[in-house]
Amino acid sequence: MSITESTPGPGTVEVTKGTEEEDAYTPSGVALAALLDSPRPPRPSPLAASLAFGWRAMLKIKHVPEQLFDVTVFPIMMTLMFTYLFGGALAGSTSEYLQYLLPGIMVMSVVMTTMYTGIAVKTDIDKGVFDRFRTLPVWRPAAMVGYLLGDLFRYALASVVILCVGLVLGYRPDGGVLGTAAAILLLVGFSFAFSWVWTMFGLLLRSEKSVMGVSMMVLMPLTFLSNILVEPETMPGWLEACVDVSPVTRLVAAVRGLMDGDAELGQITWVLVAGALLIAVFGTITMRLYNRK
Amino acid sequence: MSEPRGGPAIETVGLVKTFGDKRAVDGIDLSVPSGMVYGVLGPNGAGKTTAVRMLATLTRPDGGEARVFGHDVVREADAVRARVSLTGQYASVDEDLTGEENLVLLARLLGHGKPAARTRAGQLLDAFGLAEAAGKQAKAYSGGMRRRLDIAASILNTPDLLFLDEPTTGLDPRSRNQVWDIVRTVVELGTTVLLTTQYLDEADRLAGRIAVIDRGRVIAEGTPGQLKSSVGAGSVQVRLRDADRREEARSVLAAVLDVPVQPGNDPVTLTARVMADGGTGPAELASRALAELAVLGITVDDFSLGQPTLDEVFLALTDDEQRQEAVI
Repeated sequence: MSITESTPGPGTVEVTKGTEEEDAYTPSGVALAALLDSPRPPRPSPLAASLAFGWRAMLKIKHVPEQLFDVTVFPIMMTLMFTYLFGGALAGSTSEYLQYLLPGIMVMSVVMTTMYTGIAVKTDIDKGVFDRFRTLPVWRPAAMVGYLLGDLFRYALASVVILCVGLVLGYRPDGGVLGTAAAILLLVGFSFAFSWVWTMFGLLLRSEKSVMGVSMMVLMPLTFLSNILVEPETMPGWLEACVDVSPVTRLVAAVRGLMDGDAELGQITWVLVAGALLIAVFGTITMRLYNRK
Repeated sequence: MSEPRGGPAIETVGLVKTFGDKRAVDGIDLSVPSGMVYGVLGPNGAGKTTAVRMLATLTRPDGGEARVFGHDVVREADAVRARVSLTGQYASVDEDLTGEENLVLLARLLGHGKPAARTRAGQLLDAFGLAEAAGKQAKAYSGGMRRRLDIAASILNTPDLLFLDEPTTGLDPRSRNQVWDIVRTVVELGTTVLLTTQYLDEADRLAGRIAVIDRGRVIAEGTPGQLKSSVGAGSVQVRLRDADRREEARSVLAAVLDVPVQPGNDPVTLTARVMADGGTGPAELASRALAELAVLGITVDDFSLGQPTLDEVFLALTDDEQRQEAVI
């Protein structure tokens, strides 16, 4: 290696005597030299890289636990509000309505939560750390998959919180433990796929606010115009037709089916295929934007 | 560090990047030799950061070619990424995570197993004087500490080429010196450093070669010494014994040097910027002027001929640019 003439050797870098200040530091060439001479490990596998980014997402939750409000307090509010607001009017009694509403409100809360993925991506892009990630020699989608791995935890947490609230209020799933677990798995899996829509917007739009705005504009009609709160048969014909083709309606039907113990294979297959399509389309666009940014 | 260090670390030909109408980088040709600090000097908005982002595979060029250790930055981006690392202008660390978590995360992303990642993070924190702050979130760090963490993250896996984009902007003098020491150490250990800066002093102290960039183009390139001598100016300072003869001395100097001579604040001093005149260098002109003074019996107590500072070089170069532009 070549050494520029004017600089002192690594051993001659002076070490100032430590004062109390935390910034009183002079780099020790010897210590650095030892560090820099070690061999490089092979590049990590796609899974290892994604898990490392997922670990980062979990650390962020650990350091800023307030961000869990939207997957704890918000779902509890939603469940209580809609149960007691509509229960009497729509089903005659709140306990009757809860039996219908709970799987739906679970889907609504979790699907609404997916928009935070886009906001998290956007917040990171605006900081320098995103540049560092993009210059790493790792599997390219790992950073994005990492966000979503952290989000899986959030989705699961929101689902479990709602289930617990429901159980306390008197909700009883006829599908039993297995059916309920399968329902939550299906919901969390679909939300993972659906989140790629928001990673795309996170990379595409110019500000956090616009990401938020677009997310609300899509999510409000998508969740309200569905079978979550009321039976589609009560709607005008044209609306019922729209609601019937909504992916959220199909998802709710499958989740409800699993929790009620009368799921149809077709419903579940439809959700899985839709999820795969979402990843194929929006995952591809996301990665294209990520590489071109 | 395993590969031969013969070839250039960076080679660009006609590199271009446009944002709308603005040509941020307007045809840059660079050849950066391995194993040295290469300074890229320019004012704000000159295109330094855009150029670095293209070389670090973050932005795609709109024209021209760039190779890092022979690998094309677009077609072989992954090969480039395996050998470079970047410390951006704005701290490239995750402010929500602690210093230690930042380094462990990056170590794992670079392929270290969990225990090895922890060990390495600990060693780097020690070496960079951050051991005590290891458990604090990076947002609580001072500017200097954050910069050190940032550079520590960049050399986790000793890169062959390290991009430092304005590493000392906004740092106090002590932190700046720390960064300089780190840069020197890293280069001694074989890493090539591409350093952008708007401080001439910094480029002068650290860089073996310098490219001066203005408005997206390289307007001068060479060693700091070459750049200074290319401007062909030096600053002459004369201290007379007798303040009464200053006016007389001033007219003599002005006549011989053929430049304006300024009286200093001290009533016995005179200064002038000496330009090279054809084959006659500043030193020769200055000694002729001194001889004239001696003939007239004006006693000179002290005399100095300084090299131009890079500031003078920079201003001279950018003035030329503006003049040319005005002609066109």
